[in-house]
Amino acid sequence: MSALLEVNDLVKTFGTGEAATRVLRGLDLTLNTGEMAALLGPSGSGKSTLLTILGTLMKPTSGRYQMLDHDLIAAEDRELTEFRNRHIGFVFQFHNLLPDFTALENVIFPTAVRDGRETPAARARGADLLVRMGLAERIHFPTAKLSGGQKQRVAVARALMNSPELVLADEPTGNLDRASALQVMELIGQINREEGTTFLISTHDDKIAAACQRQIVVSDGVVTG
Amino acid sequence: MLYALKIAARYLTANLAQTALLVTGVAVGVFIFIFMSALIGGLAEFILARTVGDISHITIEAEDADPALLIAPQGQVLFVAEPGQTRTATLAEAATWLPLIAGVPGVKAVSPQITGAGFLTRGAQVSQVSVSGIEPGRESAILDLDGYMVEGSARLGSGLIVLGRELADDLSLSLGQSVRLQSSNGITMVLTLSGIFETGNGSMDKARAFVSLSSARTLFAMPQGVTRIEIKLFDLNAADATALRIRALTGLDAVSWTDGAAQLMEALDAQSQTGYFLKGFALLTIVIGVASALLLSTYRRRPEIGIMRAMGAPRGFVVFVFVTQGALVGLLGGIMGAGLGYLALLPFPSREAFRPGTLPLDITQGSYGLAITLTVIGAILASILPARSAAKVDPVTAIGQ
Ligand SMILES: Nc1ncnc2c1ncn2[C@@H]1O[C@H](COP(=O)(O)OP(=O)(O)OP(=O)(O)O)[C@@H](O)[C@H]1O
Ligand SMILES: [Mg+2]
Repeated sequence: MSALLEVNDLVKTFGTGEAATRVLRGLDLTLNTGEMAALLGPSGSGKSTLLTILGTLMKPTSGRYQMLDHDLIAAEDRELTEFRNRHIGFVFQFHNLLPDFTALENVIFPTAVRDGRETPAARARGADLLVRMGLAERIHFPTAKLSGGQKQRVAVARALMNSPELVLADEPTGNLDRASALQVMELIGQINREEGTTFLISTHDDKIAAACQRQIVVSDGVVTG
Repeated sequence: MLYALKIAARYLTANLAQTALLVTGVAVGVFIFIFMSALIGGLAEFILARTVGDISHITIEAEDADPALLIAPQGQVLFVAEPGQTRTATLAEAATWLPLIAGVPGVKAVSPQITGAGFLTRGAQVSQVSVSGIEPGRESAILDLDGYMVEGSARLGSGLIVLGRELADDLSLSLGQSVRLQSSNGITMVLTLSGIFETGNGSMDKARAFVSLSSARTLFAMPQGVTRIEIKLFDLNAADATALRIRALTGLDAVSWTDGAAQLMEALDAQSQTGYFLKGFALLTIVIGVASALLLSTYRRRPEIGIMRAMGAPRGFVVFVFVTQGALVGLLGGIMGAGLGYLALLPFPSREAFRPGTLPLDITQGSYGLAITLTVIGAILASILPARSAAKVDPVTAIGQ
């Protein structure tokens, strides 16, 4: 198995002086291509912080981050934006979709923003992904009218749109009932097996953690297991 | 950037009521802009028409010939003058200049005249008048004599005279009666009153007499030439340039009406400055309105902007989405305001029919294109600040909220 990404000695401190909180304290982590990993740890342990740093949405206070031969610490905003667009997909817990757009329009956003327009090819792939997510009936639905579980499945489809190597999901099922949560996890597992996409999923749910091949536990700002 | 345009349009249509309100606000600003343009332009037109509409735009007057100078051998200077000759100067070759002047671009009418002073006598009544001898057929070339006639006709002919209402009343003279006119040269003619005019201008109605050019030749003993050439232009603002041109062409001393009208020009200038000021305020209102509406919208859409940035939308893309919204609002509001302005101005009389007591709104001076262009530019400028603040949204805090 080859390493997809590697972080070393990652430190993240919020605030300065007296109010400074050291959230990550020299964290090391390697994720291999094709892995499906759960990110566990008590509330406030820094799971979301780690995911946003891995997603290049935030820079660490110090440390190294290599992914696909890119030094993502040194890179500037423009380069990181393009890197995210091509190589990283996101699924968040809240505020996931653009409310004034249909399911399909949301799914193809990453491709459309890359191409500068919505191509027929992008529409075809987006519709295909929605069908795979079991949303064939909801392709042209305004997202505001979708249920929570349907919204998260649209978000998963969008995360996969540009065929990224890595998908980061921060409590993707945190807002869903058990049935919907398992359905979303099922689909993620299927994509992981069929396409070899690497997933890192933070969760508090043992059942969901158990559905992953690997469990990574963060506590006191380092990986402990 | 077609895609950014799509998103901008979607944002505007997603909140139809709010967008409609914003566009209406912009339209009101544009409406005021257009209304002000039409009013200031119309007012200037009106004032000019009232004050200079009836005067000659360019006037060529005979120059009094300089006295001949003789330099005596001892260094004394002598000048030679002919006593008793009050007016030696005539535009003797007027006939040759007229077609030339009439051919200058922008010239609407040319009127050669012989003018002078005289006395009108009827019974015991005597009135001093200034006499204008005009070629029959050109009575209305400069002053719209036809338009001011209240009795009879403006048509001048041999033995006829046209006077103002007040003067005719002073002399108890009615149409068809005769009056004696004695010129400053001492020559007397008996003329028949064939028309009475009323311009509303006191000195004109009280002390002006119009006769035919040939009568004036007799009265002022001027068998050839004229004393004055009056020129009317299509565009009175072109008077200075055209006067220069005529001077270059003929060598005659052509004088523009603006030469003696500095105060009027200043007043009109001040008026148009006021207009710019008010129009500037209308634009400023538009800019502030658009800026605050978009700023609010960027604030409301922070989570979405965060998502777009996380999905790989560059900062420039976000800027473009919001600037495009501003431009669309400006364009829609501009077109709507211009349309409303035009419709609102339609019922007002056209510039040819301005009458005292009504607002002189000139529909042709609404500056519709300018209003729309400035509004779009203003709206784009107004959207830059919100767009930049949108581009600076931090995806982590925006999504994490
Ligand atoms: N922007 C910030 N400024 C200051 N402190 C922050 C900021 N973001 C996170 N923190 C702090 O960092 C710590 C880790 O937060 P983080 O959100 O990464 O935890 P988590 O493991 O995701 O928790 P949970 O399971 O509750 O989602 C917390 O103590 C939090 O208060
Ligand atoms: Mg978290």
